[in-house]
Amino acid sequence: MTALLRILAIALALVAATRAQAADRVVAVGGALTEIVYALGAADLLVGVDTTSQYPAAARTLPQVGYMRQLSAEGVLSLSPTLLLITEEAGPPAVLRQLQAAGLRTVLLPGGYQPGAVRARIEGVAKAVGQEDRGQALAARVDQDVARIAEALKGAREPRVLFLMTGTAGGTPLASGGRTAADALITLSGGINAVSAYDGYKPLTPEAALAADPDFILVPAHAIDALGGVKALAAMPGLKDTRAVRANRVVAMDMLTMLGFGPRIAVAMRQLAAALHPGLDLPAVSEPSLP
Amino acid sequence: MRQAVTWRLGLVLALLVAVVVANAAIGAVAIAPGHVVQSLLHRLGAFDMAEIAAGQALVLWSIRLPRLVVGMLVGAGLAVAGALMQAVFRNPLAEPGLTGISAGAAVAAAAVIVLGHAVAGGFSLPAVAFAGALVAFCAVFGIARSAGPAQALTLILAGVAVNAIAWSLLGYLTFISDDTQLRNLTFWTMGSLGGATWPMVPPLLVLVGGGILVACRLGGLLNLYQLGEAEAGHLGVDAGRLRLGAMALAALIVGACIAVSGQINFLGLVVPHLVRLWQGPDHRRLLPMAALVGALLILSADLVARTIIAPAELPIGLVTAFIGAPFFVYLLVRQTRMAGY
Repeated sequence: MTALLRILAIALALVAATRAQAADRVVAVGGALTEIVYALGAADLLVGVDTTSQYPAAARTLPQVGYMRQLSAEGVLSLSPTLLLITEEAGPPAVLRQLQAAGLRTVLLPGGYQPGAVRARIEGVAKAVGQEDRGQALAARVDQDVARIAEALKGAREPRVLFLMTGTAGGTPLASGGRTAADALITLSGGINAVSAYDGYKPLTPEAALAADPDFILVPAHAIDALGGVKALAAMPGLKDTRAVRANRVVAMDMLTMLGFGPRIAVAMRQLAAALHPGLDLPAVSEPSLP
Repeated sequence: MRQAVTWRLGLVLALLVAVVVANAAIGAVAIAPGHVVQSLLHRLGAFDMAEIAAGQALVLWSIRLPRLVVGMLVGAGLAVAGALMQAVFRNPLAEPGLTGISAGAAVAAAAVIVLGHAVAGGFSLPAVAFAGALVAFCAVFGIARSAGPAQALTLILAGVAVNAIAWSLLGYLTFISDDTQLRNLTFWTMGSLGGATWPMVPPLLVLVGGGILVACRLGGLLNLYQLGEAEAGHLGVDAGRLRLGAMALAALIVGACIAVSGQINFLGLVVPHLVRLWQGPDHRRLLPMAALVGALLILSADLVARTIIAPAELPIGLVTAFIGAPFFVYLLVRQTRMAGY
């Protein structure tokens, strides 16, 4: 009897040990990475996220290690993590060096705003958390959705789209030039960025707005709410005489969906493509159901 | 009188020790105070103490303690530099920023952040920021000198001009920066001790620690200088040389501090006032006390910054102002009231 109990106890201890070894304690730094962990069904490994991890809503209840560029070495270590997921955007570098010196396994995922980069991020996160199979499946599904939308958009006329990051009323809106998430999404959704003279975000002067003369204006939904609706945007100097405003073609989209470049990339593409190409028949895409 | 000096010094030293211990023992990672002591004794080779758990030892020795030492030096340095500037300009509103040091360091740091490390020619960001501070200071002094003997007024005006140029350069770098760079820049201007490492300590000890010691020896001369330039001259003080020396000293100290911590405002302006309100204007006592109070204030602020929203961290520049300013107002009101009655 005692021998049996002893064997049972040893067996239980072994099970516990292997489980403890397998279960990483993960800190994810970057909204897209957190979203991927959730989409892989590995959310119970997460012990902390950064402040850019706003989706899904459940991620907001996890301990927050601060803004991704302003991490605190001791703060991250206090969560006793065994795995840190970061992109090139994480920092400061001195803190990352401290964390690596502390022996924390750190996996750097590629940045970038192309479907290939999304795929690499998904596969990289999946490998890091030991969910390769689910990662393959998710990446394949996303790839397929992206390809089907691209196929449906083939040959469609490409409207010129101006992406505006608006602040409070009265402030000059920032327009997205090249090499931004917004620029990439516009291209992927069958549009052309109306501003190509520069990279990154710059304040849009009324004259530049007229010169860009976009067919569509794209804005984050929360920004347009803060501004007081589409009317307030349309009344901004320079904007009101653009084709987009005259034809009432201002598109508001959820910023996290739009610029996340995570597993919902195809969802974002379909949503924007539907707005830019009202007549076109677009394929349905699968949206991962998350908490 | 002597007794009053002793109890004030004793109080500040006691508080400083308390806050040093608190900073070593408190943080996002829980380390029992006993373990902190044990680890210290182990490293000192005393009592054959065993080392504590590796993870905790690492947090203590490569994160908390270098940060503690760097923080103390930066706090003390900024406060002493502020006291020097206020003495040199005989103006309570003078602060190191007046000579373009902060702006010069900021432009240099921004250039590295925005244009990339190529412009730094292999030097680290702190080294470049330090160089920027000194270049700006030399420019201010050069302009003031070229207009004749460097008077306080021409110095201030030259400082205004160099600051304006520096801020417009900074504005340009901000304008051409991308999102990531912009945020790095913003955080740099809010200051942090989070990047503190042991290799930073020796150069800081030489520049800031040495600078403070030299500054403390200038106390007597600065007292005479407060009488007025001509009066000090009659008493055998070379006012021009004293002014140049004190300002160069402040530039060295602040340049080194800003280089490792980014901009931490408020300390340099307010700590000398705090000390003056508390124990009077004698520079021989003001300068060393400012160093101690500066260290005390920055460590208290860092304790809050590190723990209040753990596991995240607040920029320390926000906390120094938030803790220091109300206390300053309290002293000011009390002082005014006592003078009134």
